[in-house]
Amino acid sequence: MRQFLYALATLASHWRRRPGQFAALFVGLAIATALWSGVAALNDQARRSYDHAAGALGLGASPSLVAASGGFFVQDMFIALRRAGWKVSPILEGTIRLGDKSYRLVGVEPLTLPKISSAKMPTGEALNDFLGPPGRALAAPQTLRALGLAMGATPRIGDADRLPPLAIAEDLSPGMIVVDIGVAQRLLHRPARLSRLLIAEEPAPDAPALAAVIGEALRRVEADEAPELAKLTDSFHLNLTAFGLLAYVVGLFIAHASFGLAFEQRLPIIRTLRAIGASLRALTFALIAELTLLALLAGVAGMIGGYLIAAALLPDMAASLEGLYGAELDGALGLAPSWWISGIGMALIGAVIAAASGLVKTLRLPVLAIAQPFAWREAQRHWLYRQAALAALALLGAAAALLLGEGLEAGFVSMAGLLLGAALALPLPLAAMLRLGERRARGPLTKWFFADALQQLPGLSLALMALLLALSTNIGVGSMVEGFRRTFAQWLDQRLVAEIYFEAASETDAHRIETWLARREDVAAILPLCKAKTTRRASAIETAWPVEIVGAPPHETFSAHFPLLETRADAWGSVARGDAALVSEQLARRLRLELGSHLNIPTPTGDWRVEIVGLYPDYGAAKGQLRVDRDALVSRWPDARKLDYMLRAKAESAPDVMLALQSEFGAGVARIIDQAALKQRSMTIFERTFAVTAALDALTLVVSAIALFASLTTLAAARTPQLAPLWAAGVSRRSLSLLEFVRVTLFAAATALVSVPLGLALAYDLVAIVNVRAFGWRLPFHVFPSQWLEVFALALLTAALAALLPIRRLARIAPASLLAVFANER
Amino acid sequence: MRGLFLSLALCAASFAHAEGFAGLGDEARGFAEPQPGHRLVFPRDHGAHPQFRIEWWYLTANLKDESGKSYGAQWTLFRHARAPQDGEGWDSPQAFVAHAAVTTDTLHLFAETRARGGVGQAGVEAAPFRAFIDNWSFSATESNLSGASIAAVAPRFRYTLALAADEPLALHGEAGFSRKSESGQASYYYSQPFFRVDGALAIDAAERKVTGRAWMDHEWSSRPLAADQKGWDWFSLHLDGGAALMLFRLRSDKTLPFVSGSFISADGAARALARDDIFLEPLEQSLVSGRLLPIRWRVRVASLRLDIEAKPLNSQSFMGTGLGYFEGPIAVFGSHRGEGYLEMTGY
Repeated sequence: MRQFLYALATLASHWRRRPGQFAALFVGLAIATALWSGVAALNDQARRSYDHAAGALGLGASPSLVAASGGFFVQDMFIALRRAGWKVSPILEGTIRLGDKSYRLVGVEPLTLPKISSAKMPTGEALNDFLGPPGRALAAPQTLRALGLAMGATPRIGDADRLPPLAIAEDLSPGMIVVDIGVAQRLLHRPARLSRLLIAEEPAPDAPALAAVIGEALRRVEADEAPELAKLTDSFHLNLTAFGLLAYVVGLFIAHASFGLAFEQRLPIIRTLRAIGASLRALTFALIAELTLLALLAGVAGMIGGYLIAAALLPDMAASLEGLYGAELDGALGLAPSWWISGIGMALIGAVIAAASGLVKTLRLPVLAIAQPFAWREAQRHWLYRQAALAALALLGAAAALLLGEGLEAGFVSMAGLLLGAALALPLPLAAMLRLGERRARGPLTKWFFADALQQLPGLSLALMALLLALSTNIGVGSMVEGFRRTFAQWLDQRLVAEIYFEAASETDAHRIETWLARREDVAAILPLCKAKTTRRASAIETAWPVEIVGAPPHETFSAHFPLLETRADAWGSVARGDAALVSEQLARRLRLELGSHLNIPTPTGDWRVEIVGLYPDYGAAKGQLRVDRDALVSRWPDARKLDYMLRAKAESAPDVMLALQSEFGAGVARIIDQAALKQRSMTIFERTFAVTAALDALTLVVSAIALFASLTTLAAARTPQLAPLWAAGVSRRSLSLLEFVRVTLFAAATALVSVPLGLALAYDLVAIVNVRAFGWRLPFHVFPSQWLEVFALALLTAALAALLPIRRLARIAPASLLAVFANER
Repeated sequence: MRGLFLSLALCAASFAHAEGFAGLGDEARGFAEPQPGHRLVFPRDHGAHPQFRIEWWYLTANLKDESGKSYGAQWTLFRHARAPQDGEGWDSPQAFVAHAAVTTDTLHLFAETRARGGVGQAGVEAAPFRAFIDNWSFSATESNLSGASIAAVAPRFRYTLALAADEPLALHGEAGFSRKSESGQASYYYSQPFFRVDGALAIDAAERKVTGRAWMDHEWSSRPLAADQKGWDWFSLHLDGGAALMLFRLRSDKTLPFVSGSFISADGAARALARDDIFLEPLEQSLVSGRLLPIRWRVRVASLRLDIEAKPLNSQSFMGTGLGYFEGPIAVFGSHRGEGYLEMTGY
């Protein structure tokens, strides 16, 4: 034990003497953990939110009836439907304010709830309590915490009312409070009013039709695709995870570089310790203890960093998930114990990976061996061969994944293989370049310059590999995002041709508005759209994927402007005839449809066979879409939603039309937006989607700069013995530092050069494989040479910044230190 | 007697499964208790008694179609109160659960529906008698419940039956005060055992005309079981010749079963049977829905010289509702022949 403690103290003293090295190691591990755990926290948060969304009593999992004109309806309709044999359950939803925050109050009737929901309600005595009086207000534990209230509390709502005693329900979404329907009617001041009827069981075939019972007052809304959310967003999260892993690997490069150096420099200490009698066992334990301690320290710091990163990125991610998929995320980051455990675990694993080779080398050290790497040229040759073999293996793996794999995961594996292979292979061209330089060099100093650079290559290669990864990711992701931005903006311009888009509150409103608009001279065209959905149950198209069908009238707005990827001659004419459809790219890929294929669309009036006459891009859409003629759609879906409109008007009169519409119809217009605002909103969603990617991308670059800095700093200290003879031979410290600077810049420049083709390959992989597999659309592949210049400059700047401090130190090194090289045996 | 599990059915259907049959012995906080000597008044007492905790209206029918094939039909409405009062709107403490079933020799289909009182989804009115929940209903024009119509609709079956009877109602126990244990538990309990049935019954959309006999029970109480009573076996029998017989035994885990019964002669005169007059003896056990149930019985009533064996039309007549129970048509033979229904709970 004593031996172990002494060994540990001796080993640890190294860090006291070299705080810079310790910092690099610590930062490397911490950064690796931070980026990884940050991404993990974001993913966890999103998954939890989906679970909550699905678990919010499962109210969204049942189809329901809502007022056709929106808003509330009388409770008598519930009774009438029940008495007619419709198994419906009443819901009243509204908002209440508790303190300074709003909460969603949901009134339910537990006896008639659909099974999926009633299974989540309290049972036994707790159900009696829920029914009251006074009843209970069910809320998630987070909600109670946010309110600062304990179970049983009865917070005040406004002046007169109070919530029933609060009770905890684990399944509820934060911000949701569930009470009995009667309590909800009282608290929301809506006596005998309801907002929704859940359909607990599909009505029997011989049950009276909805309209026969309650007229046109209610319309059916299909169940949410909430359970699909996790599936739809999977690719998004896989993207994030891939980035997290990349950052983790880059962080490990730093840690590995620092560890390697620390072990190298501590060889004399270890030799001495062994020589004075420290057992190998004690040393092993000491080294492992040191490693664990370091990993734990760095791990905790990394977790804090990860939390901060996640907290900073959460709003963007929440916004883009909501924009893309309609998935709502909890605003506050919740940290599960599993997150902590896995984060610290990753730090430990990282530390072991980073330290493994150094550790093994140290422990195998013969006691009397001279602790200095000699014959480096031979050793380096072996090292290069090994790198080349590993690189070839990684590239082979990438190719195999690409050829054999199908899914998104395979796309990522191929990408990882490509990156790793290229990074491992990087020293090969660098070494070749240096050898060539060495052969061509004339003067002794130049010859030395190349030979010395070659010798430094193994020490720097990890840092350079990290730089390569960061640079090529930067180029790849940059090209993808920029290419997507251009395509998207162009597509929006073509797709959003109409000047005004609005949604009527009900079909009655829609008719009134249409008549009114037809009389206005400043409205050039009224284009009513019609939307239907294939039901999951009946869908012969695809069971697990929602498909939306949009009906549009034949009009020049579409035939002249609507962007298509592929089309048959007179596609719009065929669509107008009612037996043809345009299909979104995503859906076409999923169903393997092409021009001329036929598709049977299940409709309430039987299957509808259409020919595919065009493919169009539908960027950002989570659902598959078909576009057909409006009249043809209405004849097959009599109940289709007929509330959406596009208006053509002169751009300058659009604001007047919008104002007039709103003042004339008020709440009859549920939503209205002009072209500019709609484009703006779409672009915002786009930007936020890639904000997370861009942030991680930038962070990776920062990490690689740190890696380079750490490697250079540690190398600089080790290089004094190599530089001392040159100095003694008359090369000034200034010239020496200049040479050092040139060398680092040269390395960086060479790495940047390699990173361009690699980045392009990556971009192609992202655009043509990952994106298609993740989202179902393929983007045009753009190259942006200006970006390469940027990246080149960035590489040089990174290298220069990283080299600055070590070179300044070299320029100012005391001659005594250089002289000491000759005095010390080392 | 049947339906005693009502609170359970309610508890099971929506409330706790854990309460168990013993829950019926719980203290009846503030609820009214049946009193001996109380006179039942009709049609008033056909209606609901919200001051009592539990109540049920129960109809079972033994039917035959035109080809002579046998069927059983069940219609039950349970009322359960959380507090001893009525009320309008969602604040009403009354809740309802209804069960309907159709049985053949090879099929047993059942359905369940639930409702809160006070809002119009379910309710019971006395005069004219009308009990309803969703689109299930039971209504009658006469004070003896004749001129009745009963209907239920479920995903795989539906029936509409017209019910008529000339005989008066039969009051069980002491003029309708029916004891359930030695320690004083009791209920108000009367029947109409003489319904003639004429109606239509559809299974999987295939409709047939049916005729036969039906038995109606109405019972209410607040605390009908003693704490040690865990379940019961109950018989209602239409004997050939026109008489009717009701028998039950409440099983206790501490004492001998509490046995009771009524004999109703063909003219409608009801007489309570002495406890030592009734012998109920299981003959054969069978696995039904994962439980071992006595599905064949020997039934003896010494004073009637009655010694018969009861056999179910379908031994799997199990109501797999929240808390399951056996409810199915039976045929009896031996000293007397006849048909009826058997209910078994708490197994």
